[in-house]
Amino acid sequence: MACTNIMIVGVGGQGTLLASKMLGRVLLDQGFDVKVSEVHGMSQRGGSVVTYVRFGDRVCSPVIDRGEADVILSFEQLEAARWLEYLKPGGKIVTNLQKIEPMPVITGAAVYPDRLVEKMRAAGADVEAGDYLAMAVEAGSSKAVNMVLMGRLSALFPEIPEADWLAALDAVVPPRFLDLNRAAFAAGRNA
Amino acid sequence: MKELMLGNKAVARGLYEAGCRFISSYPGTPSTEITEEAALYDEIYCEWAPNEKVALEAAHGASLGGARAACAMKHVGLNVAADPLFSISYQGLNAGLVICVADDPGMHSSQNEQDSRHYAKAAKVPMLEPSDSAEAVTFAKAAFEISEEFNTPVFLKMCTRVAHSQSVVEPGSREEVPLVPYVKDPTKVMMTANSRNAHVRVEKRTKDLIAWAETCPFNRVEAGRREIGVICDSTSYQYAREVFGDGASYLKIGLVFPLAEKLFLDFAASVDRVIVLEELDPVLEEHCRRLGIAVEGKSLFPVCGEFSQNLVRSCLGLSVPSSVSIEDPIPARPPVMCAGCPHRGMFYTLKKHDCMVYGDIGCYTLGALAPLNSMDLNVCMGASCSGLHGFNKAIGPEAERHSVGVIGDSTFIHSGITGIIDIAYNMTNSTVIILDNSITGMTGHQQNPTTGKNLRGDPAGKVDLEALCHAVGFRRVRVVDPYDLAAADEALTEELAAEEPSVIISRRPCVMIKGTVHKPPLSVDEDKCVGCRSCMKIGCPAISVQNKKARIDPTQCIGCGVCTQMCRFGALAE
Repeated sequence: MACTNIMIVGVGGQGTLLASKMLGRVLLDQGFDVKVSEVHGMSQRGGSVVTYVRFGDRVCSPVIDRGEADVILSFEQLEAARWLEYLKPGGKIVTNLQKIEPMPVITGAAVYPDRLVEKMRAAGADVEAGDYLAMAVEAGSSKAVNMVLMGRLSALFPEIPEADWLAALDAVVPPRFLDLNRAAFAAGRNA
Repeated sequence: MKELMLGNKAVARGLYEAGCRFISSYPGTPSTEITEEAALYDEIYCEWAPNEKVALEAAHGASLGGARAACAMKHVGLNVAADPLFSISYQGLNAGLVICVADDPGMHSSQNEQDSRHYAKAAKVPMLEPSDSAEAVTFAKAAFEISEEFNTPVFLKMCTRVAHSQSVVEPGSREEVPLVPYVKDPTKVMMTANSRNAHVRVEKRTKDLIAWAETCPFNRVEAGRREIGVICDSTSYQYAREVFGDGASYLKIGLVFPLAEKLFLDFAASVDRVIVLEELDPVLEEHCRRLGIAVEGKSLFPVCGEFSQNLVRSCLGLSVPSSVSIEDPIPARPPVMCAGCPHRGMFYTLKKHDCMVYGDIGCYTLGALAPLNSMDLNVCMGASCSGLHGFNKAIGPEAERHSVGVIGDSTFIHSGITGIIDIAYNMTNSTVIILDNSITGMTGHQQNPTTGKNLRGDPAGKVDLEALCHAVGFRRVRVVDPYDLAAADEALTEELAAEEPSVIISRRPCVMIKGTVHKPPLSVDEDKCVGCRSCMKIGCPAISVQNKKARIDPTQCIGCGVCTQMCRFGALAE
């Protein structure tokens, strides 16, 4: 009954919900039982957001707990560090290097920790970090960073055909943004 | 075809398949999407009501008119709808009536953690509780059948993790149910003799439902190893299965009111140790104790907060997975008012005046956070008006000159109107600020009676807030643009000083509404910026200070210009 657990974490407004919608669709198409658990409401206003995606033969709990995530896909560095303890021993973090200062840092009440990727690696985590925002901008828009990250994620699951990822992308993205999002996905997948 | 479906969308699907024709609701996280998703079906008339009491009464009216009807609300909304709830339980129905209520264990987006199962028991209304999206569809459909068979409204109880998780559903087709003809019935008037008879009927109904609960398909036993038997409902069932798998037996309760009896006794007798796993209050546990079953429940698991698989493991002394962390403290990332939020200018003005601010429920509750820190307290929808009145009566003019109530447009319509009538009628010189951003913001931009549009975005009736305030007895009603800090300051100064009650309507549409025109992002003239941080006082997430110079994030800034009024050096400009 072992499930595979993927967390998508970031800051409200970064496009994590669309990414999880696409991921859920891909996994359902592979014939898995799937649960996707997300947070709506107030925390979306620039707060820390997390989506839990679980798949396998049978998924029971809708959430992923500490020490259980196979992959943490992070849209922002600090959020990767915040959710680090959810990583399973041997799991992998894929994080965007972008930094978004939270309000306590902006007001000077707290400090944004430095060298986060280095520290997460020192703690024993397998961390892949990249400037995925720059890749999204190159593909045409900073808003496509979610698809760059989905491209990175897809590369971790070689058993899932690329065509299935693209079909799911087509299904969740509005037609007029398809080229942009496909370019962003390809950039991430081949990075 | 199988589909990954949000729990709330699954409820809407179930209502649709059951032939539901009418839904009236008030938005509230985590229940909002039930009505939004149902509105996508042409066969169901859907509306946003001014509040949950109106929604339930309207849905009951539709049921009396012969249409299968529903309403949806969050747990605290059920407090507002409690008055009709208890009487409708007595009154009965014509066509089926389903009340969807969504609890929020863990308070992801709520001010309290109340357990709606108590309402089912108190109002003697049956309650179904699904544990995933597939059950949400099945239970929503069944709720109408139960409602009509037993002549009672039926609760469909959700919680955040069922409402806001997607799981696999196989949608079915809609059953068209004809309108049930309305027939006048003199026993429907709830006066003494009729009410007495109705109460007797309700008590018999509950007994009948208990007998039905023994074998109904919504409660089930899953036999596994007998050392541990877990009695559970909702997501607790999912957490239990996650932890024990087939290593335990389960009594999974889907009908949480009324509760079966023999089913519980037989299950308890079949296992060595009975554990009750339920979030919030010990409702199932107390039922077991009344039946004389020795159980462990809240002696192991907390009343407060939501559960997870690790919580269950650690409460039972089982090992939890190991994990790693870094030593640096991770700064919190609380939600913030959006860049360009019209509430910001008014809260900054309130902070300058050092007012006692009686807040309310909405996005603007974020005005309580640093650096604005401009809210003393909030209670429930509408309390900003009535609570302020009581506060001012207790203290007198000294308070009247230094206190305000702040309330959003939707919240004002929900429960603020009666509060300002209290102010006008019983005469305190209170100042109420209606933060009119032309939308119900926090729940995700729903229309309301002040916006001139209905749930589907079509033209609708529109409340004239100024005329309404005048009509209930306010002579001083003024409108101010919160982007204009000088005007906001002047309005607040004058209305606080006024020797009569006043309303300030702080009017500017939410920047997140589709179609709101944004100006180009501002930029910083680094030659003029002295790094004084004055612009930081308004807590805009688009502004930071780096290397002693203000910096504006062009992806967030919408050019509202409030920060330019903070800068004495003219360093911020288009």
